[in-house]
Amino acid sequence: MAYSFPEEVLEHVFSFLCSDRDRNAVSLVCKSWHEIERWCRRRIFVGNCYAVSPEIVIRRFPELRAVEMKGKPHFADFNLVPEGWGAYLYPWIAAMAEAYPFLEEIRLKRMVVTDESLELISKSFKNFRVLVLSSCEGFTTDGLASIAANCRHLRELDLRECEVEDLSGHWLSHFPDSCTSLVSLNMSCLGSELANLIHRAPQLVELGTGAYSAEIRSDTFSNLADALSACKQLKGLSGFWDVVPAYLPAMYSVCSGITSLNLSYAAIPSSDLVKLISQCRNLQRLWVLDYIEDSGLEVVAASCKDLQELRVFPSDPFGAEPNVSLTEQGLVSVSEGCPKLKSVLYFCRQMSNAALIAIARNRPNFIRFRLCIIDPQAPDYLTHEPLDTGFGAIVENCKELRRLSMTGLLTDRVFKYIGTHAKKLEMLSIAFAGDSDLGLHHVLSGCDSLRKLEIRDCPFGDKALLANAAKLETMRSLWMSSCSVSFGACKVLAQKMPRLNVEVIDERGPPDSRPESCPVERLYVYRTVARQRLDMPDFVWNLSEDAALRFS
Amino acid sequence: MEAGLNLKATELRLGLPGADLIYPAATNNKRSSPESDDSSAVTDHESAPAPKAQIVGWPPVRSYRKNNFPAKRSEAETGIYVKVSMDGAPYLRKIDLKVYNGYAELLKALETMFKLTIGDYSEREGYKGSEYAPAYEDKDGDLMLVGDVPWEMFMSSCKRLRVMKGSDARGLGCGV
Repeated sequence: MAYSFPEEVLEHVFSFLCSDRDRNAVSLVCKSWHEIERWCRRRIFVGNCYAVSPEIVIRRFPELRAVEMKGKPHFADFNLVPEGWGAYLYPWIAAMAEAYPFLEEIRLKRMVVTDESLELISKSFKNFRVLVLSSCEGFTTDGLASIAANCRHLRELDLRECEVEDLSGHWLSHFPDSCTSLVSLNMSCLGSELANLIHRAPQLVELGTGAYSAEIRSDTFSNLADALSACKQLKGLSGFWDVVPAYLPAMYSVCSGITSLNLSYAAIPSSDLVKLISQCRNLQRLWVLDYIEDSGLEVVAASCKDLQELRVFPSDPFGAEPNVSLTEQGLVSVSEGCPKLKSVLYFCRQMSNAALIAIARNRPNFIRFRLCIIDPQAPDYLTHEPLDTGFGAIVENCKELRRLSMTGLLTDRVFKYIGTHAKKLEMLSIAFAGDSDLGLHHVLSGCDSLRKLEIRDCPFGDKALLANAAKLETMRSLWMSSCSVSFGACKVLAQKMPRLNVEVIDERGPPDSRPESCPVERLYVYRTVARQRLDMPDFVWNLSEDAALRFS
Repeated sequence: MEAGLNLKATELRLGLPGADLIYPAATNNKRSSPESDDSSAVTDHESAPAPKAQIVGWPPVRSYRKNNFPAKRSEAETGIYVKVSMDGAPYLRKIDLKVYNGYAELLKALETMFKLTIGDYSEREGYKGSEYAPAYEDKDGDLMLVGDVPWEMFMSSCKRLRVMKGSDARGLGCGV
């Protein structure tokens, strides 16, 4: 190459590229760019830990500083993936401990993290700064103690939604006395001696508190108020499980700075909730329980003009009758009043096409729309029709929609609308919907940007799956449980598509002990460049690679 | 590939899809086994039916939210129902703790419900001198003697009640 730039110049140019997509594109230009790029890449995101192996990652990117990784499929959150399926972190840490002594950041979602892994992290990476564990499990407070004690530069510790075994070893006391590096802390999954920690880390910008129960003494309460007012830069607050409303005023001093509020574990009556939220004028993200009710959401619509994300969780998910007055109207109000609203997760007990159409028209800027009606096949409660036209309006109006979850009575028609209009849709979650394979076919053939598809309890079978086999290689993963996909079709799929892992997850014993036409319990298909994984439990069968050998 | 037309899979039905599938015996004790209840197969459009069988993983809330959920409600219309078991009885009962103003009323109700006598409480000796002693399971899963903590605290931490034979309750402070 007569006129190529010196490497240093190229590296400098590449350093301005933040998105993985751009970096990947750059690395395809030519061999030398590929080489330069891989040496200067510092951050990677692995959307499926089994799509690649630690060895492959380390071989290609020798100088990483930050790793983000996801493990189990999303439906694992709802107990649809049996325990022991996989997504173990340890092998990754063991490999990275050797390869990346300067690793600074680890962010994980839905992985099994043991105390051994945490200890190895704390001892292997001298510059370790950021640990984010989202929906992870397998560790105890002992593992956290290693992190607190050994990671002298820890800046961010986030344990959102994790199941942590609390061995009460006062792990927090392992933090050094003046923890000047800690800027963000979220331990809302654990009880804690909170005020002490706040005093130690006054530059906290984000705080996820532990449980606050009614047993708090009044001096602790005033300490908390003082402590919170000292956190001038506080932007995010979450936690507060058993908050007695009387302690909420402790938060008022920080309300105007708050941009993110997670009260989804707090049983606070609507009136107190509303008082608190209406003071948070700069709120961008709000997670609440349905105690907020339609009336509370109206106040949100009037006060929180910067709101971008709203999640309303059910306080009584298994009750047959509504315990609060939260209906589709709350969502309509917010869609009317909050011009920047783009992401919604909403649990309710009734919905109508009219409301969905109104919401779609009010808010064409949705990028995430997740609606869960408690009765999964509830029709339009006014007209008793399916909710096809309502969701059709959503995908037609919200042209930038990237994620959609649907519930309610839905026929193949809604899938036709989705296949026709949802061209930017990347993730779709379906449950108890559709009439036939045609529904699945519409989605697989029409949604050009689809990356993740998760389906449960739908009458989708072999035809649509096999007819769209090639599509699956363009996606990260497909999950189908309690559908009508036969074992025979899974084998055919595995044979047709060697670069997919076709996992049959079935707790009834070996699939070949039943007729080939028998539907499998669960199917998880994902593209991978790694070899078949070696850590499968006895209820998972990988049909790829040696499919012919094993089942002949 | 065309292994039969499989008309059943493509027929238009109003029932839960896959209701004919054979559900596995639950080997993973984290999941409750779904009952395939054919009588709920036809949804009645006139009413808003709740699924009669408990569907696995529905509604899609993380178990984290289910487990760590406060039992309180915002408006106090519904009670705090807890299961009550008695050693030796064939089935359990349920009572609403909100109905009682304190331990005395609760114990009286238990005595009436199970036709037994529970003696007087003392901090030192528990329920000495009675054939039965009331115990409860708290938020942490520990078996505790009823009466040690203030009533309000008891109401918020009691997950279920258990009427134990006095001899079994020795470790809990019954001086039998």
